[in-house]
Amino acid sequence: MHIPYTTDVRPDTGLTNPKLGIWLFLASEVMLFGSLFSAYALLRSGSTSWPDQSAVLSVPFATLNTVILISSSITMVLAWVAAKAGELRRFRLFMGLTLVLGAAFMVVKAIEYNDKFSHGLLPSTDNFLGLYFTMTGVHAIHVLVGMVVNAYLLWPGSAMFRSDSVRFTNRVEIAGIYWHFVDVVWIFLFPVLYLL
Amino acid sequence: MFLKHFYSTDHKIIGLLYGFTSLFFLLVGFSLVVLIRWQLAYPGEPVPYVGGLLGAANAPGGVILPEFYNQLGAMHGTIMVFLGVVPLAVGAFGNYLIPLQIGAPDMAFPRLNLASYWFYFVGGAIMLGSFLVPGGAANNGWTSYPPLSDLAPGNGQTWWLAGMLCLIFSSLLGALNFITTIVQLRAPGMTWFRLPFFVWAQFVTAFLLLLAFPALQAAALLQGMDRLAGTSFFLPSGLAVSGQPLDVAGGGNALLWQHLFWFLGHPEVYVLILPGMGIVAEVITNNTRKPLWGYRLMVYSLFVLGFLSFVVWAHHMFLTGMGTVISAFFQATTMIISIPSVVILSSLILSLYGGSIRFTTPMLFALAFLPMFGIGGLTGLPLGLATTDIPLHDTNYVVGHFHYLVAPGTIFALFAGIYHWFPRMTGGRMMNDTLGRIHFVGSLICMNVIFLPMFVQGLAGVNRRLWDGGAVYAHAQEVLSLNIPMSMAAFGLAFFQLFFIVNLFLSLRGPRTVTDNPWGATTLEWQTGPVAALRVYRDPYEYSVPGEPTDFLPQNVGPAPRSGPAE
Repeated sequence: MHIPYTTDVRPDTGLTNPKLGIWLFLASEVMLFGSLFSAYALLRSGSTSWPDQSAVLSVPFATLNTVILISSSITMVLAWVAAKAGELRRFRLFMGLTLVLGAAFMVVKAIEYNDKFSHGLLPSTDNFLGLYFTMTGVHAIHVLVGMVVNAYLLWPGSAMFRSDSVRFTNRVEIAGIYWHFVDVVWIFLFPVLYLL
Repeated sequence: MFLKHFYSTDHKIIGLLYGFTSLFFLLVGFSLVVLIRWQLAYPGEPVPYVGGLLGAANAPGGVILPEFYNQLGAMHGTIMVFLGVVPLAVGAFGNYLIPLQIGAPDMAFPRLNLASYWFYFVGGAIMLGSFLVPGGAANNGWTSYPPLSDLAPGNGQTWWLAGMLCLIFSSLLGALNFITTIVQLRAPGMTWFRLPFFVWAQFVTAFLLLLAFPALQAAALLQGMDRLAGTSFFLPSGLAVSGQPLDVAGGGNALLWQHLFWFLGHPEVYVLILPGMGIVAEVITNNTRKPLWGYRLMVYSLFVLGFLSFVVWAHHMFLTGMGTVISAFFQATTMIISIPSVVILSSLILSLYGGSIRFTTPMLFALAFLPMFGIGGLTGLPLGLATTDIPLHDTNYVVGHFHYLVAPGTIFALFAGIYHWFPRMTGGRMMNDTLGRIHFVGSLICMNVIFLPMFVQGLAGVNRRLWDGGAVYAHAQEVLSLNIPMSMAAFGLAFFQLFFIVNLFLSLRGPRTVTDNPWGATTLEWQTGPVAALRVYRDPYEYSVPGEPTDFLPQNVGPAPRSGPAE
């Protein structure tokens, strides 16, 4: 079954189906993270004692992770540009870098979690740590999903580069939009959980 | 051969999968309430016939234990709302009809569509499976209020949370698919204001699903952390259980759950009702042979409803001690949201005026929807005002109110839809009219006998969710006798559903007796011909146009040469 406007833009809406679909998906994601941030605001404003966040968590680790994730967004854009320009090798390089940076983010996150656990700081310790683990955990799942998508585009999915390069480039762009969103969520999580 | 339907990405097959699965869950949810009604009318007496099958842990000797009664109540609500009505209204009718009505070859994302069905299926399996885990299914009401739900023993509540996460993800995939399909895949000439009203209703519903459900997703994650990782998001400091102080960090807020739950919960009410309104609009205009009265007004009302449904949620929480300023705000928005609902209902009633009505079986259900929804809506007004809500809160009055909206309201609309579109879905088979009429009359009478006395009981102060139906309360004694006819009517309602079930399966195997367009409908799903060649020339409901040879002009029929180009 041929579905129209999968790769061509529908003239009166100016959109392709996947472009609209991913933005709707992200709208839903905004509501998910928005609900979690609202829970944070309500619990913190109603609490009698809230720990000094930057003393509990490691700001240097988080700063490093911020740099890693923003860099991965840049390599993601470069991968898309390469795919658009029809340069498969350059696409593979930058997509590979994005994947490595995503993995680096997860490793740093794992070290951080492990550090907390080894000091007896658990989700059940207080609501701040509970929210920290829940919110960064949900975010980490999103990073993992993005890595799976990126890995698919890097290896098995890139066969489409030869058969239908326009559609493949669109897929990279859609994956990129999602990846940037995950990045943006972190940019909100970092100050709210580590600095405020 | 049969199995191939379970991984087809065709929207019609997926729609039918959704349809049969959700009808099954409606039957399951209804069976639970038949047990509840037995217990309410004859508390402490063994359930006849099936009492022995309920398990010794749930009903020793066939007598329903209070713990099991609570499971029945919680799971009846959950199954009916999340596994029955919404998947039938949105998953089944939406999937089957939206692409056909807008002239699209399929949904925009066929594989996501199939994934949506499978997440729904898994969510449903988890919910049903939870009855078998030690301690049984969730038993904290369908609203799962903490701290009770946080601290409930056993794993039933955790399974409930896992099931909800699957269902929410399923509806997310469905919703973004519906919106993309409607925006992108309308056939040439199918402009926004040529969309059938049903498509508009599904469009707004999809936005509600997309944007409201994530709040419950977040809430379910937080409650899951509370239950599994020992956090205290919903557990305040100093909580004592059975006289013992609870060993948690504390500092949580039980009202946080209520806010997140009702931020979903209130838009969910409109998810339940809008597709029903869409179906009723289609059936009424087809059977009155008249255009829909106030089509554009109704579409604008849908948007107002959809928007306002996000700012009324705390009217479920007047009893939580919120300040007068906040409750004044939510009372005001609640009163305002009744206006577009009344606009839509009035337009549907005005559509009847001056029509030559065909009293077909689907039309009977659609006509009954109007006053039944009216009763449900009007009895909601006292619940939207804090002063009157506080004494009525958590009584049977509330139960009567929302059941009027959903049972003889939405479910009647869904029955209307099944009888109406059955020939389209089965390639020219009609459902039996006599059985359909018996089903209609029996259901209408039984539902009213069940739900009308609930208002009386509620006004007398009888609470909902009481294991003995209020037998130990002095103030309930005068209205307690109503429980017997109510329960009899519930058993009668079960009996009359047999006419529907038999009719459905007999008709599925029956002969193909009618043409492609047996009702003489104008919308595209009834018109045959290749989708690729489809072009739309007309508004959706061009019935009884003066001077035309037929009393209906399908949307894809071009203008006669004398009237010039329509576009």
